[in-house]
Amino acid sequence: MLSYLRRNISLGVGIGLLGILVIFMVVGAFTVDTSAAQPLSVPALQPPSWDYPLGTDRQGRDLLAVMVAGTPLTLQVGFIAGFLGVGVGALLAFTAAYYGGAVDTVIRSIADIGLTIPGLLVLIIIAVSLKGSLTVNQMAIIIASLAWLNPTRTIRSQVLTLRERGYVEIARLNGMSGPEIIFGELVPNLLPYLAATLVASVSAAILASVGLEVLGLGPVEAPDLGMTLYWVQFNAAIINGWWWWWTAPLVVIVIVFLGLFFLTAGLDEIANPRLRRTV
Amino acid sequence: MSALVELREVTKSFAGGVLGRERTVALERFSFAIDAERPGITAVVGESGSGKTTLARLLLGLVDPTDGAVLYKGHDLRQLSAAGRREFRRDVQAIFQDPYGVYNPFYRVDHVLTTPVRKFRLASSRAERRRLIEEALRAVGLRPEEILGRYPHQLSGGQRQRIMVARALLLRPRVIVADEPVSMVDASLRATILGSLRKLHEELGISILYITHDLATAYQVADTILVMYRASVVEAGDVELVVKAPQHPYTQLLIGSIPRVSTVRDWAVEERQGRVAAVSGCKFADRCPAAMPRCAAAPPPLYRPAPRRAAACFLLDDSPVLQPGDTGSVLAREERPMQASVVA
Amino acid sequence: MDASTTVLRVEKLCVAYDHPLGAVRAVDDVSFVLRPRERFGLAGESGSGKSTMALAILRMIKPPGRIEGGEVWLQDTALSGLADDAIRRLRLAGIAMVPQGSMNSLNPVVRIRDQIADALADHGSRLSRREVADRVRSLLMQVGLPPEAAGRYPHELSGGMKQRACIAIAICLRPKVIIADEPTSALDVVVQRQVMETLGRVQQQLDAAVILVGHDMGLMAQFVDRLGIMYAGRLVEVAPIRDIITAPRHPYTRMLIDSLPSLEHKGRFVGIPGLAPLLRELPPGCAFHPRCPMAEARCRLEKPAVRAFGADATAACHLA
Repeated sequence: MLSYLRRNISLGVGIGLLGILVIFMVVGAFTVDTSAAQPLSVPALQPPSWDYPLGTDRQGRDLLAVMVAGTPLTLQVGFIAGFLGVGVGALLAFTAAYYGGAVDTVIRSIADIGLTIPGLLVLIIIAVSLKGSLTVNQMAIIIASLAWLNPTRTIRSQVLTLRERGYVEIARLNGMSGPEIIFGELVPNLLPYLAATLVASVSAAILASVGLEVLGLGPVEAPDLGMTLYWVQFNAAIINGWWWWWTAPLVVIVIVFLGLFFLTAGLDEIANPRLRRTV
Repeated sequence: MSALVELREVTKSFAGGVLGRERTVALERFSFAIDAERPGITAVVGESGSGKTTLARLLLGLVDPTDGAVLYKGHDLRQLSAAGRREFRRDVQAIFQDPYGVYNPFYRVDHVLTTPVRKFRLASSRAERRRLIEEALRAVGLRPEEILGRYPHQLSGGQRQRIMVARALLLRPRVIVADEPVSMVDASLRATILGSLRKLHEELGISILYITHDLATAYQVADTILVMYRASVVEAGDVELVVKAPQHPYTQLLIGSIPRVSTVRDWAVEERQGRVAAVSGCKFADRCPAAMPRCAAAPPPLYRPAPRRAAACFLLDDSPVLQPGDTGSVLAREERPMQASVVA
Repeated sequence: MDASTTVLRVEKLCVAYDHPLGAVRAVDDVSFVLRPRERFGLAGESGSGKSTMALAILRMIKPPGRIEGGEVWLQDTALSGLADDAIRRLRLAGIAMVPQGSMNSLNPVVRIRDQIADALADHGSRLSRREVADRVRSLLMQVGLPPEAAGRYPHELSGGMKQRACIAIAICLRPKVIIADEPTSALDVVVQRQVMETLGRVQQQLDAAVILVGHDMGLMAQFVDRLGIMYAGRLVEVAPIRDIITAPRHPYTRMLIDSLPSLEHKGRFVGIPGLAPLLRELPPGCAFHPRCPMAEARCRLEKPAVRAFGADATAACHLA
């Protein structure tokens, strides 16, 4: 395994970066007092020091606590939305590609039309119309409602290439039904591709959630990364020179995205034999 | 004769072209039956575009006919119940051309053998399943310890194809449709695999439909033969008669074009350059050295110059026309001992 | 056999492929000669090394493969000593190749006449446009294609016509040697005969020699004058085609001929037991001995040397 990681550098870097994040979250949960992530817990606008390693914000939150409490929340949105998106997308994709005909036309058309609508606009409209503030899970579901569109298309194309293979015909001769063939023969072959799509989908979901939050449409009470950036922007932290306030969430977000990006690239290499470096 | 599987006036065409306007006819008004009581080996010989692969897929129920019907024990395939379909799948199996594509690269090769045992409930325990599989592998000349547990890419094409024959053996079907089973296999291994197929027929009474473009192997393996050209049958009958004394000009062209392993260099045949494909009339007319004016006017029916031969050519028009119900009898097996066991 | 009676001479050619698990010899110590106007067949099953052999003659082996040893002479010129652009000029002009599947390698967006014209221009021909057009027309006529084919794209031609277009490209510079690697494997039997007839005819018109690489023994029997049989990278037998069919010396040749289905009479199904060896796991001694019914103790220990039998034949077998 280790020797493979040495060859597939992207995968190694991706796992490494995400690993750092996981360690940070786990260690932090045990050592840092996360109640300090709530407003009015600590003196406001303190630059980084021994007491407050990442400084504090204008509303009296300890930024270290915010990072420890907020990172899992941001990732949670991403994972829920990403998994739901790919789960639904894959189901629709396999159905459309395997059965073809009218089923395929309907699913494909809905996905195609959906993809032309600007996603962020739809999310904004939905978020604005929901009365009361959102919870993290509600936001995940809103994002998932659009996250399935792209996976449906891309996974469908992949399944179409497999549908005419000899082993699918042999499976039919074995008397296997459609779902049996889909889950027994087609899905296993696409596992690497599905994994890569999943990671990409999680990235996109996190980006969408951070985007919504920065616009102020997210769960206002949650101390997650997107909301922190919202407060940064609301309080003009950059102009006011409170550099520690926006540095911390930015660094964490960059690590999250870089980690997911390298992970996707690494999984792509496994999924696409042509990209594989020779053994 | 009661038919196990039958094609009755089947036409299969595909839409093509930009707006789906053009129709390519892959098989035209084709009738053929596999006898339920007397198993035989029939070769279907033709070049690419002759319709032989479409025939295989129709027989296997992988595609539906555009016109006409494919019947199993008298019932239309499209109307079979789930139980009926399972029976059909048990009785009619296939061996395909490509020994690589038929294996799912995710699984070990065991998968192609264990899946049918499981689906058709051929064994009541894992031990029995293993025993059946090992027996089938040995019957085709493979050693189970060299084969089981491997992935497809670890075995040679010949080994993979033999595993497919073993799979067919496991199921003990009544009909095996073998679509170019040896064309992607090395010459030295072809005889072995064809020998296994022949053995399946002789020892287990399985009917085999051997589809190929290679007339020499067809001659060696089969008792009866169907020669196809552009979606229709041009000649049919006993394989010795058709190969030694072909009556249709296309069959003559085909046989004359085959390079023989012989010190006699006779590889030349009279032929006309075809120009435009005939829209009406005999499809071979534009290339036929014996073409007459009437050949362009209407397609010739299948004539029956002898009890066990038929050819669709006006040159035979003094013979009786083959009635649709009689197609089976032209290809019926004669009650005579097997020829293939005699060493030539 | 001196240079004046041979147009191509291959001597102890070795081609190896580097592999992390060890280098593999795809062509092992192969020697043969090609006489002027001769048709020489190179037959073998998959993995025998015959296509590698063809590429090696033209020095077209790419890494991880490399020519490890031996020499190829085209008349009096030793090809290994040539610089890169000298050998490039020799390809097509001296030795032309119709590679495997070439009909599918025709550039799909270039008309046939331009593909031929490109070949001519690439070799420094300074013909005027009219001269090129004339040359194209005469080439197409030589291969039996109608003049309209010049303006067509490859997808507008049938398989046999495309293959004949490839032959036209191969002969446009009047080479002395034409190497055809499985030229008809994707074609119908009837078209195959037409294409081979064309090849034979242009060969005679050009006074050239042909090396036909393939695995169809019937094709070899009807087309070539002498045949070489390759097994596991070695040339195990060479002889005039009559002798190969009637009195083969090497057991592999004999068993191969016996396994071929005939159209004369029905017989038993006799194959060659066992499998062709993997090149990186060759058995000791003679590579064929595990499958040979006549193998003796000597065959298991000692690799048989290639021995000559008269001027025309060689065989690599202890028992020949």
